Amino acid sequence: MSQIAEEFESEVATEAVVKKFMFVNRKAPYGTIYALEGLEVVLISAAFNQDVSLAFLDDGVYELLKGQQTKALEVKNFSPTYRALEGYDIEKLYVERESLAARGIREDQLLVPVQVVDAKEMAALMEQQDVIIGF
Amino acid sequence: MLHIVNKSPYEKSSLASCLAHALKGSAVLLIEDAVYAATKGNAAEDAVRRALGELPVYALGPDLEARGMAGAVIDGVKVVDYGGFVDLVAEHRTSQSWL
Amino acid sequence: MRIGVLVNEGPYNHQAADSAYQFARAALAKGHQVQRVFFYNDGVNNASKLTEPPQDDRQIVNRWSKLAEEHGIDLVVCVAAGLRRGLVKDNLAPGFRISGLGQLVEAGIESDRLVVFGD
Repeated sequence: MSQIAEEFESEVATEAVVKKFMFVNRKAPYGTIYALEGLEVVLISAAFNQDVSLAFLDDGVYELLKGQQTKALEVKNFSPTYRALEGYDIEKLYVERESLAARGIREDQLLVPVQVVDAKEMAALMEQQDVIIGF
Repeated sequence: MLHIVNKSPYEKSSLASCLAHALKGSAVLLIEDAVYAATKGNAAEDAVRRALGELPVYALGPDLEARGMAGAVIDGVKVVDYGGFVDLVAEHRTSQSWL
Repeated sequence: MRIGVLVNEGPYNHQAADSAYQFARAALAKGHQVQRVFFYNDGVNNASKLTEPPQDDRQIVNRWSKLAEEHGIDLVVCVAAGLRRGLVKDNLAPGFRISGLGQLVEAGIESDRLVVFGD
């Protein structure tokens, strides 16, 4: 093994544990706090260098809709935070195709780039995770 | 994976969502109000019977008893206590709560 | 096994706090270690020392405190969720401590299993 490869090996070996964390979003924004407080956990997780992905299915897909205007409700519009995730190296956002279709939502109506997967693919992704947190 | 569902199938679609994502090798555990899904004659009976063809379905005994449903469990659904719940968590690499 | 528990709902309103407690107790009885119980969302209300439920009903806050005392379990209340809901050091029941969300992520990393109880 080359010296560089050996150094890399030992560096990886002494790195902290890296687990696959999936944060599952199934609830709409604003009707309950789960979307907002769920997002706060995701942001914190960025500091731990874990393998983080987000899943959006059922009403969770509504969290990603463009054009949320909360002024009249007098609540904080936290949807821009989803755009900030990329800056935290959290880029694996999976949105379920069936959930979008059931709600008549197209991918171009979402405010961040996502990977649209069908339920079977989502199930397989979930199965690969070490830790699954949903609210 | 251990899939845990806690709401009645009449109240939320969480059981349906769960079953749409539970792969062979997984198990489904019904707790709290979701135990109603494990009872004969309920709207989710067909879905639960279909699921039973692919994977084990468990229901938490104390929750069934509290709701007066201990005698109405669908054949094939295994009733467990909290100890059994713990064993299921230990047995499966991950758990996912469908809230 | 080291098992972490996340509680997302307050006492009495939802069954989550009860289910989590019974699960934690059963895990201990089976010889597992409960690495941490983390309280988030309205779950922070499980730590309020001000609760006075009727005497003939289970005392949810007290029994968490007792579980912590008897088994040395780390009961952690999220600081931000606590502040939002008025759960602070001054009204914290015995056995609980207030800390950051990082403790939840850490529980996921350090435990062998993490189980979520919520609505």
